[in-house]
Amino acid sequence: MYVAVKGGEKAIAAAHESMAEARRGDPELAEISGAQLREQLALGIARIMAEGSLYDPDLAALALKQARGDMIEAIFLLRAYRTTLASFGATEPMDTAKMSIQRRISACFKDMPGGQVLGPTFDYTHRLLGETQALTGVLDQTAPAPQEAFPRIADVLGAEALIEPNPEDAGEPADLTRTPMSFPAPRDLRLQALARGDEGFLLSLAYSTQRGFGRTHPFVGEIRFGAVELEFTPPELGFAICLGEIELTECEMVNQFMGSNEAPPQFTRGYGLVFGQSERKAMSMALVDRALRTREFGEDVVAPAQDEEFVLSHADNVQATGFVEHLKLPHYVDFQAELGLLRTLRQEWQTKKDSAKKEHQP
Amino acid sequence: MMPKYNFAYLDEQTKRMIRRALLKAVAVPGYQVPFASREMPMPYGWGTGGVQVTAAIIGPDDVLKVIDQGSDDTVNAVSIRAFFGKVADVATTTSTLAASIIQTRHRIPEEPLKSGQIIVYQVPIPEPLRFLEPRETETRIMHALEDYGLMQVKLYEDISRHGHIATTYAYPVLVNGRYVMDPSPTPKFDNPKMHMSPALQLFGAGREQRIYAVPPYTKVVSLDFDDHPFEVQKFDKPCAICGAQGVYLDEIVMNNAGGRMFVCSDTDFCATRSAHGHVGSGEVSSAGKSQ
Repeated sequence: MYVAVKGGEKAIAAAHESMAEARRGDPELAEISGAQLREQLALGIARIMAEGSLYDPDLAALALKQARGDMIEAIFLLRAYRTTLASFGATEPMDTAKMSIQRRISACFKDMPGGQVLGPTFDYTHRLLGETQALTGVLDQTAPAPQEAFPRIADVLGAEALIEPNPEDAGEPADLTRTPMSFPAPRDLRLQALARGDEGFLLSLAYSTQRGFGRTHPFVGEIRFGAVELEFTPPELGFAICLGEIELTECEMVNQFMGSNEAPPQFTRGYGLVFGQSERKAMSMALVDRALRTREFGEDVVAPAQDEEFVLSHADNVQATGFVEHLKLPHYVDFQAELGLLRTLRQEWQTKKDSAKKEHQP
Repeated sequence: MMPKYNFAYLDEQTKRMIRRALLKAVAVPGYQVPFASREMPMPYGWGTGGVQVTAAIIGPDDVLKVIDQGSDDTVNAVSIRAFFGKVADVATTTSTLAASIIQTRHRIPEEPLKSGQIIVYQVPIPEPLRFLEPRETETRIMHALEDYGLMQVKLYEDISRHGHIATTYAYPVLVNGRYVMDPSPTPKFDNPKMHMSPALQLFGAGREQRIYAVPPYTKVVSLDFDDHPFEVQKFDKPCAICGAQGVYLDEIVMNNAGGRMFVCSDTDFCATRSAHGHVGSGEVSSAGKSQ
């Protein structure tokens, strides 16, 4: 009985105790520390920060531990903490061209200024269980020179006007955590929703566009991962000060566009940006961003990934898990009402059938 | 504890299953044969289909070449070559002439393939009609009925809108006069090399669980119209390194000023020519001027 008519409080307290015991696991084994999680499960920490919309590796590690490794629960914990923090303004736009690069690759050009920097990645490893060392020691990796510039590939294409220009800075960005979402949503709001959105959901949507449900003809213009300085201009100072560095993954997708009456044929952009290292998320976000721009290019909305309301209303895993799992809550009262209705309907059905039988009897 | 793996990674039953699919594919050129694709130790989309085909046909005496974008030294080619070097302990090479099996992503070597060689293509989306009709149930019927009108209409719409067919890679072909086939995302430049090739051409799509094939000396015709015949990409200039003409070139961004160099995409072809004393101009041109 998960809730007795009486004694529910006692039962709940016992469940908490049982949970604490399960969380600790075998007490003979050493307890894991937040710092260990932060350092050795960094990609998990990055996902919690990205979807929790809060850049704090230590808090994310704490959340992961508290959540027993359940990512969405950890994201939920971080969100619930984030919501208690005061917002004191928006930072200056970040210049990711100035990122201190750990990894930077392009699938469009074999080589370009700055080169292909492979950095920390699973990409060229074989997934053989138990082997933690890459089998390939001969990759043409060029170590990044400290002062080297890494111009964005989109800017290289932009110099020839082969790709659409980025939109102008539109001032203070939208924030769905402060204003309720409404449709049609501007792109900044969409990007925020995608950046916080569930990695798995965005991945599957992005995948569906690749399989023909709203195709966008994408190329990875560039993926870069590294640290970027964050600047903020306090109104009382009037000039920008550095708040610190955060690690980010940025993906610029380059998508085919055949042109319309208004716009010449050119490449268009899909953009992805997430906290920490998560190329899967950044790429999925960029694909879905471009898919959601369908109407902007006068293309038909024919697939789920292009449907703004569908995507934005269902991308948030804290919302989604809350509502799906709420079905575990007591629904006795409504269920009782349904039960009553069903009994009535069955009775009526049986009566009708019986009387029909009588009529047919000779 | 390290698990032990069979020769060429896959177990023998799996190889037999793949070989049966391959035989059927060879018997019905261009037809997509479903097969029970396995999980491989590299991600879907990175060549799992090609790797499974190669694993099913490779023997200890084979010499394997792996290319990606025409190049032996791109990351994925290096990785797959190292994989087979490790799990099958076979000889590997970068030479097109020396290879008995060539696994490729996105290119066919410039050096014409010979009888006895096998080229294995990595295929992401095997269904040429997929972008016209997303549902497999529909496209299977279209193939069965030889109903390719939709594809012809797509090409016609390209012409009416742009004045020419606007497909540059994964350009659909008709195999042996029967099945429309996706040649994998090779530039259409490579399509003519598939026609009447003396080599056996095998195609593996792991995620989509399909295998198809073009046997040696089979007709492979790129779809077109009488008044808009199929054409391949042409480059104005030869390779800046080896001076080769009539080959597919990569555009390399040389500097922040947008300077570009156009060089052979097929690195083995380029290196072989260079070794024989062919020299290109080394020219760095301004953006986008060579194609």
